[in-house]
Amino acid sequence: MENNKYLREEIIRISNVNTKKCMKCGKCSATCPMYDEMEYHPHQFVGMVETGDIQPLLDSDSLYKCLSCFACVDRCPRGVEPAKVVEAVRLTAIRKQGANRMTANDVPAMIEEDTPQQLLVSAFRKYTK
Amino acid sequence: MKVSYFPGCTLKNKAKDLDMYAYRSAEALGVTLEEIDEWQCCGGVFTSSASEVATKLSSVRALKATNDKGQPLVTVCSACHNVIKQTNYAMQNNPEFAAKVNRYMAADGGYNGETEVYHYLEMLRELVGFDALKEKVVNSLKGKKIAAYYGCLLLRPNKVMRMDDPENPSIMEDLICALGAEAVVYARRNECCGAYISVESPDAAKKNALAIIENARAAGAEMIVTACPLCKYNLEKCGADFPIVYFTELLAEALGVKEDTNGKQ
Repeated sequence: MENNKYLREEIIRISNVNTKKCMKCGKCSATCPMYDEMEYHPHQFVGMVETGDIQPLLDSDSLYKCLSCFACVDRCPRGVEPAKVVEAVRLTAIRKQGANRMTANDVPAMIEEDTPQQLLVSAFRKYTK
Repeated sequence: MKVSYFPGCTLKNKAKDLDMYAYRSAEALGVTLEEIDEWQCCGGVFTSSASEVATKLSSVRALKATNDKGQPLVTVCSACHNVIKQTNYAMQNNPEFAAKVNRYMAADGGYNGETEVYHYLEMLRELVGFDALKEKVVNSLKGKKIAAYYGCLLLRPNKVMRMDDPENPSIMEDLICALGAEAVVYARRNECCGAYISVESPDAAKKNALAIIENARAAGAEMIVTACPLCKYNLEKCGADFPIVYFTELLAEALGVKEDTNGKQ
């Protein structure tokens, strides 16, 4: 179990987000298209990183439900950019050796007749390091 | 008018028609799309952490190649546009990031964010003009009720993309009207189709896509136009059985260049 203070600093450094700006309005989570599929929602990512309660986020599947649609980024009234926090937590998880969510070996099974390259490439960009 | 063009991997494969109609329509409007000599896949998604550097180099190389020719860079695929434009913005506004990138690029010569990036729609609006485009329409799409689907990547994050009002855009509707058709406006035209979640959770993607189509259908649309191969795929796969068309195909049809000179489509 990692030192929470170190994790928090690392996540804030790589996301470049000021979590203290959040005023807990919940607009980011309200507008998130993946709200129903996520265990932890954008506003919780911001709040829990701020308080240092990070391990549950790292262990959660919610990291991989973010679509990079930037709706939370655009609609946050304070410019907090929650998606950057979600991404920083995800990077912290998958940058560990052996922790890739998706590997090159998974790809052939995903290919169907009409699968656009863009689908595989985007997923790969988000789920592997 | 000559512009540099970045097609992206999908337009060379599963979305060949999006690419082909883009070329033909551009020619008909007096614009030559010059494909960049050596381009690499943009990666499909922009990783917003500035600590991710190597993954953005393919975009920087495309931007630099364009700058060397002194042309603007035009993209058609929404995803490529988003990645390249956000990378360009980072090069212009994040000195630490730009310095790291230029160390990687030292052997090729540096790049400092000089290139102007246009989506094909912006090219139509700013470099061609919708009025000029209207003059060139030979097959008016009059009577067709068409819904524009923007998706996410053309519009957001607005402080970088600056294509239009992100919550009430009109650029695609202006194009639809210039082609003679009726533009149908509906609430979910800028909500996410599900993107790459289909690889892990196809049901989640279906949910998003169905909501979008039902909303457009309820507003009276007969078809949806889009600029993104992944959006088209998600909207088609959800089982709603609703026509989804690339905007370049509609444009080519209206300009009378859908068939090439050999009569082939």
